[in-house]
Amino acid sequence: MSTTSAQPDLLYSEEEEALRAAVRDLLTDHCDAPGVIARTESDAPHDREAWKALADGMGLAGLLIPEAHGGQGATHREVAVVLEELGRAVAPVPYLTSAVVATEALLSFPQSRLRSTGGTPMAADLLAELATGRRIGALAVALNIAPGAAYKVVRHEDGALHGELTGIADAAVADVLLVPADDGGLYAVDASAATLTPQVSLDLTRPLATVTLDRAPGRLLGDAEPAVRRALRAGAGLLASEQLGVAEWALTETVRYLKERKQFNRPVGGFQALKHRLAQLWLEVVNLRAAARNAADALAKDDDTAVAVAVAQAYAAPVAIHAAEEALQLHGGIGMTWEHPVHLYLKRAKADSIAYGTAGAHRAALAELVDLQAP
Amino acid sequence: MTDAPELRRRTAELLAAHPPATTDRLDFLRARFDAGLAWVHYPEGLGGLGAPRSLQAVVDAELEAANAPDNDPRRIGIGLGMAAPTILAYGTEEQKRQYLRPLWTGEEVWCQLFSEPGAGSDLAALGTRAVREGEGDWVVNGQKVWTSSAHLARWAILIARTDPDVPKHRGITYFICDMTDPGVDVRPLRQVTGEAEFNEVFLTDVRIPDARRLGEVGDGWKVAQTTLNNERVAIGGMRLPREGGMIGPVSKTWRERPELRTHDFHQRLLKLWVEAETARLTAERLRQQLVAGQPGPEGAGMKLAFARLNQEISGLEVELRGEEGLLYDDWTMRRPELVDFVGRDAGYRYLRSKGNSIEGGTTEVLLNIVAERVLGLPAEPRTDKDVAWKDLAR
Ligand SMILES: Cc1cc2nc3c(=O)[nH]c(=O)nc-3n(C[C@H](O)[C@H](O)[C@H](O)COP(=O)(O)OP(=O)(O)OC[C@H]3O[C@@H](n4cnc5c(N)ncnc54)[C@H](O)[C@@H]3O)c2cc1C
Repeated sequence: MSTTSAQPDLLYSEEEEALRAAVRDLLTDHCDAPGVIARTESDAPHDREAWKALADGMGLAGLLIPEAHGGQGATHREVAVVLEELGRAVAPVPYLTSAVVATEALLSFPQSRLRSTGGTPMAADLLAELATGRRIGALAVALNIAPGAAYKVVRHEDGALHGELTGIADAAVADVLLVPADDGGLYAVDASAATLTPQVSLDLTRPLATVTLDRAPGRLLGDAEPAVRRALRAGAGLLASEQLGVAEWALTETVRYLKERKQFNRPVGGFQALKHRLAQLWLEVVNLRAAARNAADALAKDDDTAVAVAVAQAYAAPVAIHAAEEALQLHGGIGMTWEHPVHLYLKRAKADSIAYGTAGAHRAALAELVDLQAP
Repeated sequence: MTDAPELRRRTAELLAAHPPATTDRLDFLRARFDAGLAWVHYPEGLGGLGAPRSLQAVVDAELEAANAPDNDPRRIGIGLGMAAPTILAYGTEEQKRQYLRPLWTGEEVWCQLFSEPGAGSDLAALGTRAVREGEGDWVVNGQKVWTSSAHLARWAILIARTDPDVPKHRGITYFICDMTDPGVDVRPLRQVTGEAEFNEVFLTDVRIPDARRLGEVGDGWKVAQTTLNNERVAIGGMRLPREGGMIGPVSKTWRERPELRTHDFHQRLLKLWVEAETARLTAERLRQQLVAGQPGPEGAGMKLAFARLNQEISGLEVELRGEEGLLYDDWTMRRPELVDFVGRDAGYRYLRSKGNSIEGGTTEVLLNIVAERVLGLPAEPRTDKDVAWKDLAR
């Protein structure tokens, strides 16, 4: 059985709170709910303006990237705060997929390989590009794959890549795809060398696409296996913070609405049946905050990571869905409309519950990690 | 300013003057109290040094390392958690000096005479009467119920009605009751576990001197709030390791008894394991907030979370044990010295944990508190607000 060595730091620092405030301000200006809803029906579901402001303006795309590679050299704790705010706004930006998952895949390559020399832009150059946010990366692994699960690869033949991969989140806006191949390598493929076909996605704010490679040239980065594992683990762990943001929005908005909405000559929020449901939800959100903070702290310190991530993911998805479902139900008829943003949160919460492994997959992983073996 | 090094120095001094190995337990505890190292955030002369509460951990760690005797908080939980902060807040200097030291050392156990057969969640509806004889003693008549540890207690915190002609919250006064006085009759009340941890207490013409009143006449409800708030926050400084709570024993059973495992139990166990770990992290987060001086409302949630988890986890373990789960360790009616939530069999834990969602405020009442005080949702409409207590329907 693994036990934690040091106690995790579960609070937010002053700097983290300042970062939160800055991101929230930016999203208030760039990413209001009617705008996000309108965008989902346009041909450009991603919000490039908001991305530019976050990445270029605030330098947030490079938080996880060491300063030597052009990044901010911050930790998963700060990234988690950014993701809470992005979740709260259901912002349609490729932050989790590019600044976390693709970035972590690249960071898995040994430092010596990162220091690229001459001609081919290797992982280091790619990292430097992702750090600026001017280029966007996507790991070409389906969004539903859990950190320890099998993933699909493409054929590597005659020095080029062939095959089709589905369910790739944010691929539509990616400039570079990180593609695992059947020779065990992870390859960087320029998006222009691939055919990207949007899929109609449940989550309108994090669209999926099919990636088709037909004799596409790829540059070998290194071994795919450790890179993909590391990327998915960080993705899963930090997704909990996004889910926290989603759940918090749902709770806060619902409480606000129920204080105002009157039926039977009283605010409906005064009825005990509803008060108890909301108090219950509050408790779940409070617990989720501790679990998400713990996962971010564990990733930052590289300590107890596997258990912390599995616990956070096993707990987060049901809470985010519960919060979004309660929000819809308690908004009554208006909650069922396209114009009210609650559906964006429900769709994000439901898609997130599959992303990087379901709660059940994470519980199964936990069974091994903490020695509670299946029969 | 008393800081950590200063506290370490004082602790070392205490240990040098009273080596735990050769000092009588009570003598050591009294000396610790007098050195201000009992509860460092209490005032000087009352067992503390007026230091930040978070620094208690420094003292405790040093004393634990030196194998010093402790004051057994399980036995004296009500005194420590509820009576002490109330006496500190509302007691006269004389009351503080009289009660706090023996309370802290555990020489005198306290109980809480609040609930009555007709007033539980609606505590302010209580009917136990205290009538004053001129400028002298109070004479108390009534019945209290579910009183934990009354059979061990030397003192009780007591609330009683002193004015039935005003609305219920306003006519209450808070007293300290001597449990050895004539007229105090404690009868064991056997509970679902078979033992009698709590009691009925009958009060018949019990005389309480006015000097044992806590706070002003008619102000008892306000004083009682201090007690109740402390009751709910008592969790505070606890630091549990992973699997430190109820989930520990059942995980152990799972590991040691592969023959009991089924897929259904596995699913349920893992789900509860995750929830227990998450609740533990929330409690740790609350603790860190308290230490950082930013207390959050999470405390109200912790009692709710642990009550449910304790019940579900112990319930799972009873089932998991199969044929053994059909048995029970001992139904003997006893009056235990300690409140023990985890020490006995799964069946005992299951039954005792049912009280966790009732004692100290029911789950339903706590959900109301979270909804109204944390989320700011409107209170229920009230029908008892401006009605004199004596005119309320009973
Ligand atoms: C193990 C144990 C130890 C105890 N120790 C002590 C002690 O030492 N001293 C002491 O004074 N008391 C003690 N108590 C009593 C305890 O505080 C009360 O039992 C508790 O406050 C509930 O009151 P009640 O039993 O009268 O239930 P009631 O108030 O009659 O409640 C009955 C049911 O109605 C629900 N209910 C009541 N009001 C509302 C509302 N407004 N909204 C929704 N639901 C509501 C309750 O949640 C409960 O489910 C102890 C109880 C237990 C179980």
